[in-house]
Amino acid sequence: MSDKILEVQDLTIDIPTPSGTLHAVQKVSIHVDRGETLCIVGESGCGKSLTSLAIMDLLPRKATRTATRLEIAGESVFDIGERRMSDIRGNRMSMIFQEPMTSLNPAYTIGDQLSEALRRHKKVSRGEARDRAVFLLEKVGITAAASRLGQYPHQLSGGLRQRVMIAMALMCGPDLIIADEPTTALDVTIQAQILHLLAELQREFNMGLILITHDLGVVARIADRVAVMYAGQIVETGTAEQIFKAPAHPYTRGLLACIPIPGQTERGAHLGAIPGIVPSLVGRMPGCHFASRCPEVRDSCNSAPIPQFQGAEPGRSVRCLLADEAAVRQPAQEGAA
Amino acid sequence: MSEIVLEARDISRSFMISQGFMRAKRPLHAVNGVNLKLHRGEVLALVGESGCGKTTLAKMLLGLLPPSAGSLELDGKPLASLSHLEVARIVQPIFQDPYSSLNPRKSIGSIITLPLQVQGDKDPASWRQRAEEIMELVGLPRRVYNNFPSQLSGGQRQRVAIARALINRPRVVICDEPTSALDVSVQSQILNLLQDLRQELGLTYLMISHNLAVVEHMATRIAVMYLGRIVEEGEAEAVYNSPRHPYTEALLGSVLTPDPSLGVPDTHLGAAYPNPLDMPSGCSFHPRCAKMMPQCAQQAPRPIPTESGHVECSLYKENEAKMRMTS
Ligand SMILES: Nc1ncnc2c1ncn2[C@@H]1O[C@H](COP(=O)(O)OP(=O)(O)OP(=O)(O)O)[C@@H](O)[C@H]1O
Ligand SMILES: Nc1ncnc2c1ncn2[C@@H]1O[C@H](COP(=O)(O)OP(=O)(O)O)[C@@H](O)[C@H]1O
Ligand code: SF4
Ligand code: SF4
Ligand SMILES: [Mg+2]
Ligand SMILES: [Mg+2]
Repeated sequence: MSDKILEVQDLTIDIPTPSGTLHAVQKVSIHVDRGETLCIVGESGCGKSLTSLAIMDLLPRKATRTATRLEIAGESVFDIGERRMSDIRGNRMSMIFQEPMTSLNPAYTIGDQLSEALRRHKKVSRGEARDRAVFLLEKVGITAAASRLGQYPHQLSGGLRQRVMIAMALMCGPDLIIADEPTTALDVTIQAQILHLLAELQREFNMGLILITHDLGVVARIADRVAVMYAGQIVETGTAEQIFKAPAHPYTRGLLACIPIPGQTERGAHLGAIPGIVPSLVGRMPGCHFASRCPEVRDSCNSAPIPQFQGAEPGRSVRCLLADEAAVRQPAQEGAA
Repeated sequence: MSEIVLEARDISRSFMISQGFMRAKRPLHAVNGVNLKLHRGEVLALVGESGCGKTTLAKMLLGLLPPSAGSLELDGKPLASLSHLEVARIVQPIFQDPYSSLNPRKSIGSIITLPLQVQGDKDPASWRQRAEEIMELVGLPRRVYNNFPSQLSGGQRQRVAIARALINRPRVVICDEPTSALDVSVQSQILNLLQDLRQELGLTYLMISHNLAVVEHMATRIAVMYLGRIVEEGEAEAVYNSPRHPYTEALLGSVLTPDPSLGVPDTHLGAAYPNPLDMPSGCSFHPRCAKMMPQCAQQAPRPIPTESGHVECSLYKENEAKMRMTS
């Protein structure tokens, strides 16, 4: 069996709106190996959540999804039936959302919800499910785990709820976890704790992890590989090292200049800025999506779609004409992250 | 040191919380004996976990919520003796969410000039011009004067909130999470703007933020709050370079700088999350403290002066805290 547990090629998501079709996600290609963390980073509205929902088969009804390839642990999602898909979704992949209250049911106890997550997909007894729930609650750092089983979600703090969500995501022993902004609503101390925990569990269980975030600090500390998204497209891919030490896309560089870095940015000095606003994704843009805000824009940027140029190192790619000029590279057939 | 514009003396605020049907109400001590001085021209950052009392403290400083105990002075006068309008002329808030803090049915122009109207400004003919001046100052195009909030981007809405706060030329601005709802590319523009305005208008800021990298960038002083008390306070440089309180250390240790050669730090805080309805005995931080000593569970620490402020932790003794702890 290959180590690749997720392979997505040319994922495209359209959503009809009153003012026309919204091209929310455009030919996004990503893959994740066992034991690997891929971070998808970008500002709000760039398509991060829809990408993950499409992989989980949880898109809103009105959205249409197309892809040339969508394989989970080597099985093509297109070849398998609905039943099998829901099996795979439960058994092999789990998702952790930003706001745990949206995925925890307020009317059921923690214990019931954890057990149900397992018993829906696996034939196990109540006792076995309960044992696993206690085991995993302890794993995620919850003390007196057995006594928590009878509690309701609203009786827990935000940090504890997110720990319960992680335990729930682990119940079936998944190969892949997709975490969409799992710590955005949490305090910095608890954010660090939760990320620390996720990274540890991922190593221990040798899972693939897709972590979606807008926080570059989180990305740098946890990612093996990074995909930077802007306005529905992946604009740069590379290892965390490459993205932070040698960002190639003007958008990535702009983002990094915007954030104050303790010990590096001069205190009180002006921060970098990306002027302008994200373009509307309704209708087609002729050229580079970033052109309206790019400090290095030139005429050719607006005339035709910009391909994803493949870098010299495997996995490195940049959707920018400058990258092409810099090292006359071949446009890739598939710029997979 | 420069003049004190706002001072809180031992202020507290509790709320009576119902515990459910037929059960007695219990007090929740949201702010519990806070002393704070805001000097002219400084940027004092207030940091601490969600629910520790930052917004409650800010509301008291704005005169929007009366303290249950203690006193406040604004410009040397007891805040309680000033009218709402008088307070509003000196202190103005900028709140977190640029989406909900603006009335969606009011035009941008009327939102920005509302404080003039409220203050009974005698010269309505000048309002439009004054609004346009302030709009230019905060980087809003004049053409949005007749637009509505829904037609503006998040960053523009936050600029509207800033313009509204500044039109009466207050001396103190209290910003509660001014950029946390914004994308980083917009956040940096707003932070740059706040810095420029501070210099141009000689403003004093109290800034509440969860983002410690932003705090380190903006603040001249830092106050760290834990369960209703300020457990450490001092010059930004001193607090960042040599945090005294174990909680300050944990907070600073949690900052994820974008350095790919580093992993996610271990905070050593455990999962004993604080509950303001069930305050721990002694030092309220003791259930999570990595440096807890036997007496900490019984004995609440007293504030001890440091070179530029104070710390409230039994690791330090009078006259000793001025030296850097080595442990
Ligand atoms: N009007 C109120 N009635 C009852 N309890 C309140 C009220 N306002 C605040 N509290 C409680 O007081 C405590 C402090 O709240 P506050 O809003 O000041 O926290 P904060 O530090 O601003 O948190 P955050 O970072 O989440 O904004 C919390 O436990 C909160 O639930
Ligand atoms: N249910 C929906 N209906 C209409 N548009 C949507 C829906 N969900 C997302 N979108 C739009 O799709 C784009 C991408 O959204 P999303 O994936 O949620 O972004 P992100 O997670 O990166 O912030 C945005 O323009 C958003 O407004
Ligand atoms: S293709 Fe042109 S507009 Fe787009 S990022 Fe590169 S230089 Fe900028
Ligand atoms: S008083 Fe004790 S428990 Fe409290 S912070 Fe200091 S060492 Fe820790
Ligand atoms: Mg999202
Ligand atoms: Mg608050």
